[in-house]
Amino acid sequence: MNLQRIMAVAHKEWREIVRDKLFFALAFIIPTVLMLMFGFGLSLDVENIPMAVVDQDGSALSRDYAHRFIDSRYFHFLGYSHNERELTPLLTDNTIRAAIIIPEHFGADLLAGRPAQVQTLIDGTFPFRAQTTKGYIIAINSAVSAELLADYLSRLRGIPHVQALEIVQPVRLETRYLYNQGVKSIWSLAPKLIMVILMISPPFLTALGVVREKESGSIYNIYSSTLSRGEFLIGKLSPYVGISILNSLILWFLATWLYAVPFKGPPLFFFVATVMYVICTTGIGLVVSVLVRTQTAAMIVTAIFTIVPAVLYSGILVPISSLTQAAQVIAHALPAMYYTNIALGSFLKGVGFQALWLELLILALYATVLFTIGYRMFSKRPKV
Amino acid sequence: MNRLSSFSGFIVWLRRLRVMIVKEWLQLARDLVLLCFIAYAFTVDVYLAGSGVSLQLNRAAFAVHDSDHSFASRELIYRFRPPHFRLVGEVSGAREGIKLLDDGKAIMVIDTPPNFEQSLLRGEATSVQLQVDATHSVLGFLASSYAAQIVGQYGLEAGLAREGLSATDIANVPRIDSRHRVWFNPNQNDGWFMSISELLTVITLFSILLPAAAMVREKERGTVEQLLVSPLTSFQIMFPKVVAMTVVILTGVLISLALILTPVFHVPFKGSFILFIAVTTLYVFTTAGLGLFAATIARNLAQAGMMTILIIAPMIFLSGAWTPPEAMPAWLQMGMKISPLHYYMDAAFGILLKGAGLHDLLRSILGMAVLGGIVFGFGLWRFRRQFR
Repeated sequence: MNLQRIMAVAHKEWREIVRDKLFFALAFIIPTVLMLMFGFGLSLDVENIPMAVVDQDGSALSRDYAHRFIDSRYFHFLGYSHNERELTPLLTDNTIRAAIIIPEHFGADLLAGRPAQVQTLIDGTFPFRAQTTKGYIIAINSAVSAELLADYLSRLRGIPHVQALEIVQPVRLETRYLYNQGVKSIWSLAPKLIMVILMISPPFLTALGVVREKESGSIYNIYSSTLSRGEFLIGKLSPYVGISILNSLILWFLATWLYAVPFKGPPLFFFVATVMYVICTTGIGLVVSVLVRTQTAAMIVTAIFTIVPAVLYSGILVPISSLTQAAQVIAHALPAMYYTNIALGSFLKGVGFQALWLELLILALYATVLFTIGYRMFSKRPKV
Repeated sequence: MNRLSSFSGFIVWLRRLRVMIVKEWLQLARDLVLLCFIAYAFTVDVYLAGSGVSLQLNRAAFAVHDSDHSFASRELIYRFRPPHFRLVGEVSGAREGIKLLDDGKAIMVIDTPPNFEQSLLRGEATSVQLQVDATHSVLGFLASSYAAQIVGQYGLEAGLAREGLSATDIANVPRIDSRHRVWFNPNQNDGWFMSISELLTVITLFSILLPAAAMVREKERGTVEQLLVSPLTSFQIMFPKVVAMTVVILTGVLISLALILTPVFHVPFKGSFILFIAVTTLYVFTTAGLGLFAATIARNLAQAGMMTILIIAPMIFLSGAWTPPEAMPAWLQMGMKISPLHYYMDAAFGILLKGAGLHDLLRSILGMAVLGGIVFGFGLWRFRRQFR
């Protein structure tokens, strides 16, 4: 290892990056733009569900009942329909995602002290949205039921309405959301976004940068030079690691400043872990780049190796515990999950090295393995 | 005579297209790693996504801090059971419960107060505390929503029982009896959604990357100069690349449908097969136009790669393939109207799961066609200009 040679390679690479102004700009624009778009847009909140109501009863009670849904912020009321048959095309062409059908005699049944049946139709194409929608409908229905029952009891026993309401709802549920009061999506989302973006952008930078030399043939200069493999790889990759570390600081700043996510953990630990993670993802780019010969292949292989796992197996949208066995194995084999734990721990839980040393160790191991593979597979004496 | 020459001119035109298309295929066929990855993405990747993920509250671990140890509190806790919940143990204090949550060993802790049963019997209001780990908003929300249902139902029954109303009486009091029917995916099979969603993601990735790369590669290597001095028009240079890649992608889609979606996940194919292929072709064309547009701006593949990521990532994440799009802020929803995937999602899910016909999908198809026309027109316009 000769430091001077490493510096020379790094300097050459840096010059190349900076002179390609569009590339250089995009290296910083992409993480920032993604952070902004995902931060505002990537939300699993199910709100404004487009909905229609069929009121076959048309009584005062049925109108009151329908308004429980119409006035809810979870639903976006699009209008009354005349009958169930009209709903089918609306559900099919995605105009509505849910519908409430209030049958005839709804009001009469309730006034006579009988249960009234109501039907709901839910679009099940997106199971998570369907489940959440069902949850909202059940919650609204049980609130209405409790009031109806309380009315009934207060008339039956001659007790005040408030007391009757207490009888039918004796147990209150006091829910406290830990780490993320008020289930603000953005608080748990922003740290994970740092993970996703650092999973996507460094490998792309790296893979494209290395394969570019292969495809344009300038790598033959390296093959014929006195540089050793290690010197070349370290020098070549360090500018990309540097750019990505800078990006991670920008992302951290956006998370804490723009999205106002509290940062409770020790900053130094988080910084070290982030650098380690960036080295890991850069290593993924390195392995891809020794594997492929063309930049086209480099782009596609990197996209499939990074974007998809970053969404599926990192815990950003789907918690790891909800994965099936095989998928959990994949999740544990990727660095994203460990960094997710570190990011969430550092931002929201305020824990540091004591709680997360194992994750950090795994990231370090991962980086070592990736770079060893890259080093072994990179050869100055290529076949062909 | 004139008609004859225009006819033979057309034949020549077609021949040129054919030669250019075959050239693209040959180039692709020689990149073995790339071919393997295309095959991988359409099969293994779709399989992994479809089989690996379940966004449902599935045996969520919870712990109990039961200060009452009465019949009533045990009865309530007993109602939290599989398939949604799984009791992992009892804790003796609040701190122990927090520790479990900290370590991620449980997603929630239920805390019943000391005089729970007595209060219930006396008809006093009481409360049960629930601490939910909300670092995963989805599960946190679902867990508390189910818990509210369970506790509400339990309270209702307990309250009515105290009033001397038995289970049969409950059937005869005024309340809402709601029947839910979930259409198009009655069993809430996550595999259907995830595998289709992943297939659409893979299609999107390739539709942008493959034609864009094919275009920029010519520029970077300088072979585009040969094409420019040939009798080919801009259209004849750009269009064959898209056609060649579209055929490759459609083949991938067919393989994915035949090997993964239908046999493994039993995704129903309710609509017309022809319509699905037609819509997919339209989508690939439109999306390829976006990639070509990026390609006319980029000067080398590295730039093109970065630019396509800037296009692809928001498209994939925000078009509704992973999250419900209705919750996005209005300005982003408007922005997603220029994402072809936004329309294709509706169309593909509509045809596959809902059996939607041409009539139902007019809006989506029109949207894609208009977008495709615009990006292609713009790409053609830029193509010649970029060399000045």
